[in-house]
Formats: sequence, C-alpha cells, structure tokens
Amino acid sequence: MWSNKVDRKDGKLAMAHLYVAFIALLLGGLAGLLQVLVRTGEFQLPGNIGYYQILTVHGVLLALVLTTFFIIGFQFAGLSRTAGTLSSGVRKAGWIGFWLMTIGTAITATFILLNEASVLYTFYAPLQAHPGFYIGLTLVVVGSWVSGFGMFTHYSKWKKTNKGKVTPLLSFMVIINMVMWLVATLGVAAAMLVQFLPWSLGFVDTIDVLVSRTLFWYFGHPLVYFWLLPAYMVWYVIIPKIIGGKIFSDALARLSFILFLLFSIPVGFHHQLTEPGIDPTWKFIQVALTFMVVIPSLMTAFSLFATFELYGRSKGATGLFGWFKKLPWGDARFFAPFVGMLFFIPAGAGGLVNASHQLNQVVHNTIWVTGHFHLTLATSVILTFFGIAYWLIPHLTGRVMTKAMNKLAIVQTIVWSVGMFFMSSAMHAAGLLGAPRRSSFSTYGDAPQALEWIPYQMFQAIGGSILFLGIILILIIVINLSFFAPKGETDFPIGETAEQAEKTPAIFENWKLWIGVTIALILFAYTVPFIDMIQNAPPGSKGFKFW
Amino acid sequence: MHIHKFEKIWLIFGIATLLVFLSTIGVSAFYLGNQPPSCLVTIDPEKVAETPPFNEPGLKQVGENEYELTMVASAFHYEPSHVQIPLGATVHISVTTVDVIHGFQVPGTNINMMVEPGYVSTLTAQFNREGEFLVLCNEYCGVGHHMMTSTFEVIKNVE
Repeated sequence: MWSNKVDRKDGKLAMAHLYVAFIALLLGGLAGLLQVLVRTGEFQLPGNIGYYQILTVHGVLLALVLTTFFIIGFQFAGLSRTAGTLSSGVRKAGWIGFWLMTIGTAITATFILLNEASVLYTFYAPLQAHPGFYIGLTLVVVGSWVSGFGMFTHYSKWKKTNKGKVTPLLSFMVIINMVMWLVATLGVAAAMLVQFLPWSLGFVDTIDVLVSRTLFWYFGHPLVYFWLLPAYMVWYVIIPKIIGGKIFSDALARLSFILFLLFSIPVGFHHQLTEPGIDPTWKFIQVALTFMVVIPSLMTAFSLFATFELYGRSKGATGLFGWFKKLPWGDARFFAPFVGMLFFIPAGAGGLVNASHQLNQVVHNTIWVTGHFHLTLATSVILTFFGIAYWLIPHLTGRVMTKAMNKLAIVQTIVWSVGMFFMSSAMHAAGLLGAPRRSSFSTYGDAPQALEWIPYQMFQAIGGSILFLGIILILIIVINLSFFAPKGETDFPIGETAEQAEKTPAIFENWKLWIGVTIALILFAYTVPFIDMIQNAPPGSKGFKFW
Repeated sequence: MHIHKFEKIWLIFGIATLLVFLSTIGVSAFYLGNQPPSCLVTIDPEKVAETPPFNEPGLKQVGENEYELTMVASAFHYEPSHVQIPLGATVHISVTTVDVIHGFQVPGTNINMMVEPGYVSTLTAQFNREGEFLVLCNEYCGVGHHMMTSTFEVIKNVE
C-alpha cells in the first residue's frame, strides 16, 4: 500500500504550489468581480484604482499564476505517485523552480499594484511596462523550466531502471505537457530577452511590434493546451478509477497526447488573423493546422464516453443510455470534472469559430472571445482542477474528505455552472452584437448600439457575482481539506487499462521522432513568414505609457 | 495498432467533417477571395502625418460610388471623428496608428481589424443601410481606450 502513497516530502512540494494557486484564485477572482461590477455602469472603483490595472491583475493571476502553479504541483504529485518517489535532486529542482516562480510573481504583482504595468497579461508592445514587470514574468518562466527539467530527469531515471517497460500513462502525459511547455515558452523567452527587456531598460530605443506579437502567440496558443492537458490527464487516467471502470485504451490516450504536442504550437497566427503584417496564405496554413486538434479532441470524447458506457453496462445497465444513470453523480471527484467536460462541447465549437479564417472577423476582440475562454479555461479546466483538489489535497495532507465537504463540493460545482452559464452566455451574445472585450464601461457617447449591450453587461455581473460566491465555497473546501478535515487515508486514484485494450506500441516513446516532427512543423509554419516580417519590417516603435 | 470499430467510424466521420469545414473556408478564401484583412504595406509610425494618404485623413471619391477612406488612430481618438458616407458606396478603408496598437471595429458589420504601428490596415466595405454606425477601438490602448470612437453616417445624399 505504501508505494501507492505520494512521499511526504514530495507532497509538501506539491502542496506549496497549490497554496499559491488558490491564493491567486482569490485575488484574481476578486479583480474579476470588480470588473463585472464596473461594466454594469452602476459601480465605480474606489481610490485611484484603475479598471485596466485590475484587468491586468485578473489576467496575470488567473491565466498565468493560478494555472502554472496548480499544474506543476499536480504534475509533481502525479510523477511521484506513478514513477516513484522523487530523488532529492529532482525535489530540490522543484523547490528552486517554486521559489523562482513565487519571487517572479511577487515582483510582477508589485509593479502592477504600483500602477507601473497596466499592460494586461498579453503585454502588447509598444505599451511599455516597468522592466520589473517583464523581469518577474521571466522568472516565472525560468522557474517552470527548472521544474520541467526536474520532471525530465525523474522520467529518464525511471526509464533506466525499468528497461523495456511502458512508462506509466500519467507520467508519460506529464512529460508530453512539459515538452510542449518548454518548446512554447522558448518563444516568449526570446521576446523577453531579445526585445522587451533591452527596450524597457532603455538599451535600445525601439521594438518590432509584429515580431513581438508573433513570438507571443507562438507561445500563447500552446499555453491554452498547457492548461487543458492536465484536465485531459484526469479525464483519461483518473476519472475511470473514480467511477470504478477501466481506461478504454492506453495506446489511443498516448496517441492523442502526441497529436496535441504536434498541433498545438505551429498555429499562433489564428490569433493574428485580423492584423495587417501577415500574408493571408500563411494565415490559412496555420488555420488548417489549428483545425487538426479536432482529431485528438474527438478521440478524447470517444474514449471518455466509452469508459462511462463500459462501466455502466458492467453494472447491469440496459438500453442505449441506461449506463448514464449508473455514474456516481453524488461523488464530487467525478461530478465537477464531468460538468467541466460538458462545458467543453460548446467551448470547443466556439474555438472553431474563432479560428476560422474569415469568421474570426465577426468576433475578433469582441467579448465573445472572453466568453469562449471562460468556458474552456475557467470552466472545463478549472472545474477539473477543483475535482483534483478534492482527492489530491487530502491524499497529500493525510486527511479525508467528509460527506459534508463532498456535498459542499457538489453545491460548488452547481454554483460555478450557473454563474458561468449566465456570464458566458451574456458575453457570447453581447460579442455577436459587437461589444468589445477589455474595455471599461462606456456608452460611447450614448450610441444606440452601445446601449443595446448594457442588459447583457448586467447579466455578466450577475454571473460574475455568483462565480465569486463559487470561489468562496471552493476556498472553504480547500482550507478544510488542507488543515481541518479528519485525519485518514485518501486514495490517489490511477486507472488501469481495460483487459481487451491492445498493447501499447513502443513508438510512442520515441522522443527524437516526436520532437523532431514538432520542430519540423514549427519551421514549416513560421520560417517564411518570419523572414518576411524581418525583411519587410517597418521602423520600430518607441515605448508608450498611456495609463 | 488496433482501433475499435466504433471509434474508427467516429474518427472517419470527424475527419471527414473537418475536411468539409476546411474546404469551405479554403474555397471561400482562395476562390471567392474572402481573405481576412491583411495588407503588407509598411509606414514609419513617426512620420504618419507626412506620409500620403495619411497626411489628409478623410473620404475621397475615386470612382462612381467608390471611395477611399483614410483614417489615423492615436490614443485616444480617430481622425476624422465623423464621416458621412453615401448610401450604397464601396469604401476602401485604410487605417494606421501613430502610437500603440488599436482596434478598428464597426459593430454590426464585418469591419474589424487590428491597427498596428508600422503597418497600414486595409479593408473594403459596402454600406447598404442608412443610419449611424459606431466605430470603436477594440484593442486595449491605455486608460482612455473605451472613449476612443468615431462615427460613420450613411446617408442618401451627401452635399
């Protein structure tokens, strides 16, 4: 039994990451609440706090800090559970990574609070933040690399001591996600080191705006898959165990993760479809590559529902959908991620709209886009992360989740879904009517069109307030599970593969092959446009501080 | 590798749908010419005021019911801040910025593009409905971002 338990020292490392993640959730969520209130037109921020300042806080804390910390913490725990206790060297790398990221976050947060960096989390040049903002973010990325290399070391040690064996599925998935993260963050690191830091420190006068945006979106799209893949890990590996079923196919799960690695990076142009400096043919090529992620997404949907159905039928369910009733609806560890999966259906469809070559023009930079990623990241991914917390925290702290807490977690999921339903539908609808994203309350001189959007903004505020209630509930649960829940043993559930599934081919762990194909695809998608951008570059831009 | 029969059907269906989607977009883009706004023309962002046509922002007739509209974006307004456009006109819009990135969106139409320093953004639109259209900035450009507007007034007879 002992071998199934994450070592206490590894548990501490993982918990440290989770604490920072949930503090970020509270502060970032509060910033979100203030925004939806301001956008009703009935509320003004006190003191000298600016709308765009809290918008920056919201984006940085939730999209960058919460996600990265939670994911790295969860992945260390998952590696420790499935590939054995971390060596002291790897654990040390984890702690160095943790402190680098924490210090980086503190530096960035300080400059945002000092109102030196209201540039939003996308920090588009030539708006120029204080160098401290960029230095802090660079430390977060570097910290994540140190942790990533720790994870790679742990994985290769497992391979050496278990020659010829198939790696545990969860460990394999963790490594794929970190490889993708590493390849993707090279883009933003290059932008930081070569462009933003020298420019904000005054070593160079100007910055090439298009190159900085291209490097940002080279990173920015895989970033969303870096958030999503840990949720997929849970859906593939952990949910089957929680419901008492089996993983449908180990091989197909690995194949879908490899496809995500290949197709998540060479696609950044679909965020740049309406901008002037990129040839439309190259935009189209990246749109086509973007659509390829439909394949692993459909594979995932199939596998999950196959698992559910096989389980239900093994419990004696009859009829076409009888198995649906046999699922453990009262178990928050299942319920929260399952609701997340359901939200992913409209979220994925909306994503295809956003990425469509011309259709993008209708919704680009409208609040539709905000509605879209509040379905993907803030619902599918986050509800799955909450589902992880319900067993991972008690597992790591040696406690158990009580029935009362489980009930509260079910309520939390429902509150979250209702809040998000209101907020996200209102955002999607207002976006189709043309309401912009990232804008403070404005009637644009009482323009009739802008007045049409106000009722939707009221709905957003109602949804956002319900969501903030959801944040309070999840924090009550997390604090309880961390410090007050009764002592005991909680399982770290890891699914087993179904007996009838085929053996996993060794080619899935041929890293030279997959990383090689990834690099080839990236070179194909970016080389010519990049040469174009540099050869036909306009004069650079000096920095502006308009806040 | 063995793939379950139902999953094969599901994947074939999915990939076929994907191909239909991509072909639709491709035919629309390359046969019908519906490309997203892309203009590879560059400009010195600090010399916009001296560079034609941006030295004289505004509407200019170039053919029968065909016009060129030149606009300059800056924090936090568009020049011109009001344009009268004849009903049914085809308008070639060119926009650039003298400072940071702005958006150029006319809600209720498909006019939506990014305006980036160093580049000219262009788009051709037709105005077949009378009335006033709001032009707004939809990319964060600073503290006055949500005040940044212009209006298009589409009317039957422009004096």
